[in-house]
Amino acid sequence: MEGWDVNTKSTVAKIPLLTTRAGPRDGELWTQRRKEEFMALIKYMEMNKAKDSDWFRIAPNADGTKWKGKCWYVHNLLKYEFDLQFDIPVTYPATAPELELPELDGKTAKMYRGGKICLTIHFKPLWAKNCPRFGIAHALCLGLGPWLAAEVPHLVDTGVIQHKEKQSQSSSGP
Amino acid sequence: MSAEVVDSNPYSRLMALKRMGIVNNYEEIRSFSVAIVGIGGVGSVAAEMLTRCGIGRLLLYDYDTVELANMNRLFFRPEQAGMTKTDAAVQTLVGINPDVDLESYTINITTVDGFKTFIESLTRDNKRKRNTGGSKSGVDLVLSCVDNYEARMVVNQACNELGQTWMESGVSEDAVSGHIQLLIPGETACFACAPPLVVASGVDERTLKREGVCAASLPTTMGIVAGLLVQNSLKYLLQFGQVSKYLGYSALKDFFPTMELRPNPQCANLACRQRQGEYEAAKPARDLAARAKADADAAEAALASKVPVHDENEWNISLVDDDEGVAPLGVVAGQQGSAGYLPEGLLRELPDAEVFDESARTEEAFVKPEGDLDDLQKQLEALNAF
Repeated sequence: MEGWDVNTKSTVAKIPLLTTRAGPRDGELWTQRRKEEFMALIKYMEMNKAKDSDWFRIAPNADGTKWKGKCWYVHNLLKYEFDLQFDIPVTYPATAPELELPELDGKTAKMYRGGKICLTIHFKPLWAKNCPRFGIAHALCLGLGPWLAAEVPHLVDTGVIQHKEKQSQSSSGP
Repeated sequence: MSAEVVDSNPYSRLMALKRMGIVNNYEEIRSFSVAIVGIGGVGSVAAEMLTRCGIGRLLLYDYDTVELANMNRLFFRPEQAGMTKTDAAVQTLVGINPDVDLESYTINITTVDGFKTFIESLTRDNKRKRNTGGSKSGVDLVLSCVDNYEARMVVNQACNELGQTWMESGVSEDAVSGHIQLLIPGETACFACAPPLVVASGVDERTLKREGVCAASLPTTMGIVAGLLVQNSLKYLLQFGQVSKYLGYSALKDFFPTMELRPNPQCANLACRQRQGEYEAAKPARDLAARAKADADAAEAALASKVPVHDENEWNISLVDDDEGVAPLGVVAGQQGSAGYLPEGLLRELPDAEVFDESARTEEAFVKPEGDLDDLQKQLEALNAF
């Protein structure tokens, strides 16, 4: 598992693995898979909260195909928060969900159109190797977390994004 | 379709293929439906080629819009920036050849809703529908011209379910290699049978700079791959020449590796395994037809052999069948791992799924699926709430 920092590696190892190979078109098996997704996500969120490193919120629609929430990253003691969304592809879990940060669409080269984040060359091979054991929690931990850690400081330092409070202060100022 | 040789007949040079003995049935092109998924650097050019060839019906799928950043590729024009790729393509293609029936679908086929529309459009009965050999599909060929693995897997899923033959195409992110591949559900490897093949760029992979950029592209590589794809499509549809199973292109070395891929009996895709079963079950009928053809060919050969081509054969020169001596190229992932045998210049893009080491299984390693879905969702929402 090259390509990730020690912290991410030890965290992902603690997220429980999933067993059911099923996607949104698989009826009962999809219900089973969703239970497993929830359990892995619950465990991951509990771990984050216990370590005081909580960094996302996520919840699905009724059939579990569209997920929405927020994610944030703290840089220089300021919290930068973004809307997070993704669809579960019909070929899930053979293919990973494509995580989207629509507010950052067009603001960074490390992104495909529509705000889908460009994952590292390490992510897809690892997902393929661990199919169907990896789920949404693993994708967030190995995909979105490292992406935010690499991109947010760069976006802030180059002035592409500004802290929301600072922004509102400067726009409402005299 | 007129074969008349006059300056005003747009099909005269195509129909000349018949007089030259290349294609026996060129006018049948008007009866074919082709679906093109992804109207980008490859798909748009493929659509224009098929339109100029006089294809009967084209179904176009893309959810993206034209951007000025696309202008290093062929087909789209700067004034079309902001239009959906499907609308812009229809605008241009109608102008080129109004005989072609065009259907455009501005959808993302990887989503559950998009996939539903995709399947419906492919299976819609239409007046052009030919004998599709028991397939549920209403098109003759699907061309995948998308730029990502996820979308290819979705085309693969749809075509496996429908028993629809399709061709995959791709250009590497460094713009200097590409490939086309023929996929016949049950008969050849499906896209999920083994990790996808890519053509090595021919330079040391470690010297490639990947940081800070998503993808490079060249109009040349894209045009070449579109040309190879449509050429293979014409050969497949009009049944002339040899249809390539896999053809790679390395631009830096001008190298074109080829290979054949047999299906993986342990493919993770259920629809693929079902098609494999059907193909296996139809073997006796196939063998019978092959024997009949062999007999006919033998009879013809016997007739020809009555007239010796050469009376002497001092050097013992003989013709060898093309198929002899070809190594078994099929990759059976379940038996040997996907490393298997690959021709020079081809690489696997992704690794195989690893079998979990059961000896490492611990209590905590896996979720224990218990409880009610709604309860679990409420637990997650509770965690979301603070």
